[in-house]
Parts: sequence; C-alpha cells; structure tokens
Amino acid sequence: MNFVGRMQTTTCYHCGLKSATEIQINEKYFCCDGCKMVYTLLEENGLCQYYDLTEMPGLTAKGHFVSEKYNYLDNEAIQEQLIQFKLGDQAHVIFYLPQIHCVSCVWLLENLHKINPGIIQSQTHFEKKEIKIIFNPSLISLKQVVQLLAFVGYEPVIHLGGNDWLKKKKVNKKQLYKIGIAGFCFSNIMMLSFPEYLSNDILELGSLRHFFIYINLLLSLPVLFYSASGFFISAYTGLRQKWLNIDAPIALAISVTFSRSVYEILSQTGAGYLDSMSGIVFFMLIGRWFQDKSYDSFAFDRDYNSFFPLGVTVLEEGKEVNKPLSSLLKGELVLLRADEMIPADAILLTEGALIDYSFVTGENAPIEVAIGQLVYAGGIQKGRSIQVEVVKPVGQSYITELWNSPVLKNEKNIEKSFVHPWSQYFTIVLLIIAFSSGVYWSLYDTSKILPAVTAVLIVACPCSLLLTVSFTYGNVLRWLGSAKFYCKNAAVIEAIDKIDTIVFDKTGTLTNHEDTHLEYHGMVLSEAEMIAVKSVTRESLHPLSKMITQLLMLEVSDLTSFQKIENFIGKGTKATCNEYEILIGSISFLKSNGIHCDDSLQGAVVCLAMNGVMKGYFAVNHAYRDGMDKMVKRLQDKGYHLHLLSGDHPTEKGHLTHLLGKNIPMFFETGPEDKLAYIQKLQNQGHKVMMVGDGLNDAGALKKSNVGIAVTDQTHLFTPASDAILEGNKIKELHHLIDYAKKAKLIIIYIFILSILYNIIGMYFATTARLSPMVAAILMPISSISIVALSALLSFSFSYKIRSRN
Amino acid sequence: MGVIVILIIASVLVAGGFLLAFLWSVKTGQMDDDYTPSVRILFEDELIIKKKEIL
Repeated sequence: MNFVGRMQTTTCYHCGLKSATEIQINEKYFCCDGCKMVYTLLEENGLCQYYDLTEMPGLTAKGHFVSEKYNYLDNEAIQEQLIQFKLGDQAHVIFYLPQIHCVSCVWLLENLHKINPGIIQSQTHFEKKEIKIIFNPSLISLKQVVQLLAFVGYEPVIHLGGNDWLKKKKVNKKQLYKIGIAGFCFSNIMMLSFPEYLSNDILELGSLRHFFIYINLLLSLPVLFYSASGFFISAYTGLRQKWLNIDAPIALAISVTFSRSVYEILSQTGAGYLDSMSGIVFFMLIGRWFQDKSYDSFAFDRDYNSFFPLGVTVLEEGKEVNKPLSSLLKGELVLLRADEMIPADAILLTEGALIDYSFVTGENAPIEVAIGQLVYAGGIQKGRSIQVEVVKPVGQSYITELWNSPVLKNEKNIEKSFVHPWSQYFTIVLLIIAFSSGVYWSLYDTSKILPAVTAVLIVACPCSLLLTVSFTYGNVLRWLGSAKFYCKNAAVIEAIDKIDTIVFDKTGTLTNHEDTHLEYHGMVLSEAEMIAVKSVTRESLHPLSKMITQLLMLEVSDLTSFQKIENFIGKGTKATCNEYEILIGSISFLKSNGIHCDDSLQGAVVCLAMNGVMKGYFAVNHAYRDGMDKMVKRLQDKGYHLHLLSGDHPTEKGHLTHLLGKNIPMFFETGPEDKLAYIQKLQNQGHKVMMVGDGLNDAGALKKSNVGIAVTDQTHLFTPASDAILEGNKIKELHHLIDYAKKAKLIIIYIFILSILYNIIGMYFATTARLSPMVAAILMPISSISIVALSALLSFSFSYKIRSRN
Repeated sequence: MGVIVILIIASVLVAGGFLLAFLWSVKTGQMDDDYTPSVRILFEDELIIKKKEIL
C-alpha cells in the first residue's frame, strides 16, 4: 500500500518523536497534547533548563494522565508500605523511576520543589534509578506526588512486593572501611621502609631505625587484625568443611609473613616484610571490591509480587473503593480499566474483555473472552473497563502457584568456581617446594631452613591468582554490562562457559512485545475504501478497532461520514458508508451475515467484508526482532544444541522454521510447568542448559536452568528471577556475548602464566634464602600492578565484538 | 636528626586525620552514590533548598 504523506515531518521538542504541525507553541512543535502540557508546565515554572541540558529529553506522554489510576494511594495501609519515614510535617518516600536516563532527568527531578512547594527536597540516585522525595504531607498528598511524577514523564513503578529498596543489600560499607585502613597503613609502612632500603649502612640510622621499625609494626596491626580478617575467617570456614578454598593459602601467606617479621624485629635480626604483607592485603581487597560490581537498578530476585500492582479498584455496593491488593478476597468485584492488570483468577462479568496474556502464557495476540469465562491473574486488559469477580485469592492463582512449586525451592547450584580446585593443587605444590627447600638447607646450612621455607610461603602465587581472577571477572562483568548484558555476579560468567544447550522462549524473547502491530492481508483497498473503513472503525467500540484506525491513519488522513452503523458487542460492526456496506468483526460474525470466509484463519483476527465480499483480514502480531536468524545460525555453527519452547499457538511454526532452520526442536502451547519439566529432562541427559526467556511463564525454567537469562525492554520492567538480564535489542548479539564470557577463563590463564614468571624469580631468591625485604617489596607491587594492567588490557581487547559500534 | 621523629609522628597523625575523614564519609553514606554527583556538576542554577532540618 502506498504511503500518502501529508504531514510535515518535524520532531517533537519534548520527546523527539515525529510531531504534528497543529500542536505548537512559540514555534516549538510537539507530537501530542501531553508533551505540550509538560512543556507548558516547565515553562511556567522557569524550568526550561531541562531542554538546555539534553536535546529532546522528555518521555512521550502516551496518555499516562488517568488520574483514577492512583486512587489506591489514598489508602492508609498502602501509604504505610511506601512511606519510609514520617515525622510531623516531613515524609520520606523512595520510588523506582526506570525512565531516568540523562542529565536532564536528574535536573528536573531534583527541581520538583519549584513546581510544587509541598515537595521539600528530592534527590536522585542515577545508577539505581531511584528518587528519594521529602515532602510535606499536609501540603501535598502521596497520590499528588506520584501524579506529578507521572505528569512530567517519570511514572514510578509501584508493585505489590513493596519497594525494592526494602530488599536491596546495603552498600557494603565494611569493605570500604577495610580498604581505607589497609591503604593508609600500606602506604605509610612503605614510606617508612625507605630509610631501611636506601641507606648504605644500616648503623648510620642508629636509634632511628628502631623507631621506624616499631611504627611499621604498629601500623601493620590493623591490617592484620581488621583488614585481613575476611581471609582468615573464610579460610577457617573452608577448613571446617574439609575444603581448601583460595583463601587458605592466602591466610597462610599472610600469617607466615607477619610472624617472620615479628620474629626478626624482636630478635633484631631484620626489618621484617610488613610492607609486602600490607600491600598484598590492600591489593586483594581492592580486587574483591572490583569483582563485586553489582547492577543496582536491576533486581535479579524478583518474584510475582513485583509484577502485580499495589492497589486495586474494588466495587462495594456500586461504589469504587481502592484497596491494597493483598487484602483482596474471594468473591469481591474488581473494576479493571484499560491497560490494567488482572490481580487474581476471576470470572468475567461484563462485555468488552480483550486480554493480553503475552507475558503470562506467551500467547502472541490478545484474546477475546466471553462473559462467564475465567480470566487469569497477570493478564492485561486491552479493551475498555470491565468488571470481574475474584475466584481465588491472589497467592493461589494459576500463575502464582508456580512460585510455590517445590521444585523451585532449592537454591540454584552455581558450581564452585574453577579457581577452587586450582587453589588446592596450588597449595600442594607450594608446600612441596617449601618442604623440599627445607630439606635441601637442612643438609647444607641449617641456619637457612627457616628463612627459606618462610620466604617461599611469602612470595608464592596465591595472591596473584586471586588478584588475576578478581580483576578479570570485574573487567568482564563491566564490559558485558556496557553491552547491556548484566550478570548477577562473577559465578555466572563461569557457568556460561560450561553451557552446551540453549533454550529459547518465543513471545517477548524472539519477538518484541512493543512492536505489536496489525497486518492486513487480502485484497488491496482503494483510497476511498480505506477512508470508509477508517470512518467506521473510528466509531466502533470493538477493542481492535482503535488499532485498525491507527493503521489506516498512516495511509489516509481523511474521514467521511457514514449513514448507518450498528455495533454488535463482542462480535463486530455493520455499517453503511457512502456506497459501501461494511462488515468488520470476527469470522463467526461475518459468517452469520452470509459472507463466505476462508476457514484457515486462526488467532485473533478481524475480518473485513465490503458489499458482501470478503476483502481481507487484520492479524495481530508481535514482530520478530531482527538478527534472530543470524544469531541462531552462529550458535548452531559453534555446536550448541538449540530448542524453542513457546506458550503460543503453532500458527507461527512455518515462519519460525523458515527463520531459524529445520534442526531446532520446537514446542508450542507449553505451560510454565512444561517448560520447567523440559529443562529438567535436558539436565538429566547431562546437558548444561541456558534458558532465555522473559515472562512469568518462563520463571520456573529460568530458575531451573544452569544459566537463566531474562530479557527486558524498557516498558516491561518486570524480570523474573534470573542470573543475568539482557536488553531486548541485544539478543541478536547473544553469540558474541557468550564468546566473550568464555574468554574470561582464557584471560585468567594467560595472566597466570605471566605471574608464574615473577614467581619463579621470587622463588629463586626465596629458596636460596636470599629474599631480602627489599626484593620482596619490589616484586610484590610490580607483579600486582602488571596483573591489574594486563587484565584490563586483555579484557578490553577481547571485547571488540561486543563493544557498541555507535 | 631527632626532629625527624617529631615530623614523622606529626605527618602520620595528619594522615590519620584524613583516614578518619574517609571512614566518616563512608559511614554517613557519601560513598553510596558515586555517579550522580558527577552529573550534578553540570547544572548551572544553584539549588536553593530551604534550610529545614532534614531528618
């Protein structure tokens, strides 16, 4: 169909979408009244710097101004859950605003007090995408705060599970204290050791030497007892379970270094190795901190509570009352408006239901439901307002029961890091070297036994192994994150390395929820015919009519008048317009009016007949993301076994086989338990499975699989519990991402080989009992810094495939 | 040469003071958000916040 463009293409000053020439103020154009209203509000309050800081910073309004939507916030019980702190004329609340994306967002959100003086202060946390608002409850209510946020484009996500801030781990302050103290002591000890190393004749220093040495000893105590405590505790816990983890040789090295230093100091035979000891503790703590990078704006542990809204509109004796969802009882009547979610399994009482289950069962197209039928929790009503009667309490609905399944109760077994078996071999090799040098010296010069053995334990590798691992994982995590693939922790990277099978979900994963569009199939319509149909659908109350109207709007912008129109609720519309007799509706509707239809049509289809002849039909589709075929092929080439599990009908099977190839087993209409069972079956066959999915119906499979990846787009903010979160438009890079994650192990091996070189040099000095404090003090920083640098360099250079090509 | 003892003690104490400042800043939550302050630098206006006691 040809595009008949009549509108000028300028972009909206507020949000950047294409704008219409009619909507403008002061020579600035807007795409809709919503954007124009926000601009007006900001201009009136002198906040136009919003537009100066970033171009087109706004978020498209899309009609989020329905004010009844937030009525549940007037409910006291709900307010209790959300308000963090309240005293007198101050209340603190924290909201999650996923729309925060630029400097302007931060600026506007922190200047909210200029729009409404009831807001005392607002502070944003960019990485967590949170805003903390302090407001005066007597001047502005919680509901008005939320309405203001939604109005300027930052609608908070409020869900049943309470706020995420309740669950999020506090920033690990202890780690920072330990690093601070270790760093302070290390640098001072190092400086105070210079006289010792740099003076030609130790006796020159005289009594000053003792002064330096004792201060060093004093400074090393906090390092040993506080900063290094984590290593000792971890090694001890490991030993109690008869298991030597990586911290065991480290704890050994630290304690040996310290004891030998103390011995040398007290017996006045030397200055000790306190600078090496404190230095190594410092570097390892930094490595751990670097590895613990966490993505605060994502939650990896969400359950269904985060998916459901906090409040519902209940009809009590005909009046609308807002109640918290948790207090919803069986038998209550719930009013659901457009785009609202069904809170619990219920029976439909009124007409006009068009439920989108794509997130719950994976069905692609919205379903029309008849009165008296059951509607399931988690579905989203796409039509106009409906009323339902609750049949089961919230926690017992079909979808939430999945979370109570005993299969999901077990903690996921992310296998122990490969580092740990290495560390066992390591410790053994170390002890052998120490022992043999001890034996050697016992034969030649017994005075050198202790110095040699302890020196071996001081110089040895475990520190460099741990540093290598920490920094490499930290770097890999960050590069993957910059490629929009957010892993929960470093263990996930190792788990990815072992995968041999990948299972994909269809709806939302291979397809894009946001790209819902109608496709017209059938005879080409002339412009006059399109105008006629559009004029009719615009008046029709059929839920899909709006989409048809929008589709036709792209082709023709004229309207004409119609002579007669009859709406049959739930079935279709019959109208006469100019010289056309138009019938538009479901297949059965057309058939009952005598139109001959092709029986092969399936799914939620709206048929069109004009003047007694079937012209064609509109099919609702989520579009497939691009790049899926290439990605799948590359993965197959690399030898991964691929599977597809979908909750949708098999209508797409032909298209999918064409897109993905014939070798992939595909299963349709699979429920959440079926997916879970399938993963279990694959694992029983010995495969290590990665699951890529996005909805509630994938939750079980994601948890059961070895690596569960949840896919997210901007609007669907809920991600079921997973090990990693991947942004929707990056799925086509999956093969590159997996490749890069596997490289982490390779990088660690390369660097480790290099660090062995240092250790050989160090071992030479150690076993020959010539390890002076100065040599140790030089070797240690050189090896640490070279490890850090090499790790950064290698992780950067291997990441070229996943780095953004903008 | 004995003056070095005094100098070193003094410098360690001063450095210790900075360490305490660091520990205090971690404790009062200044290190919780290490990204947003970098964004705030770009703002031109001075935020005039009423000096109420923020609890």
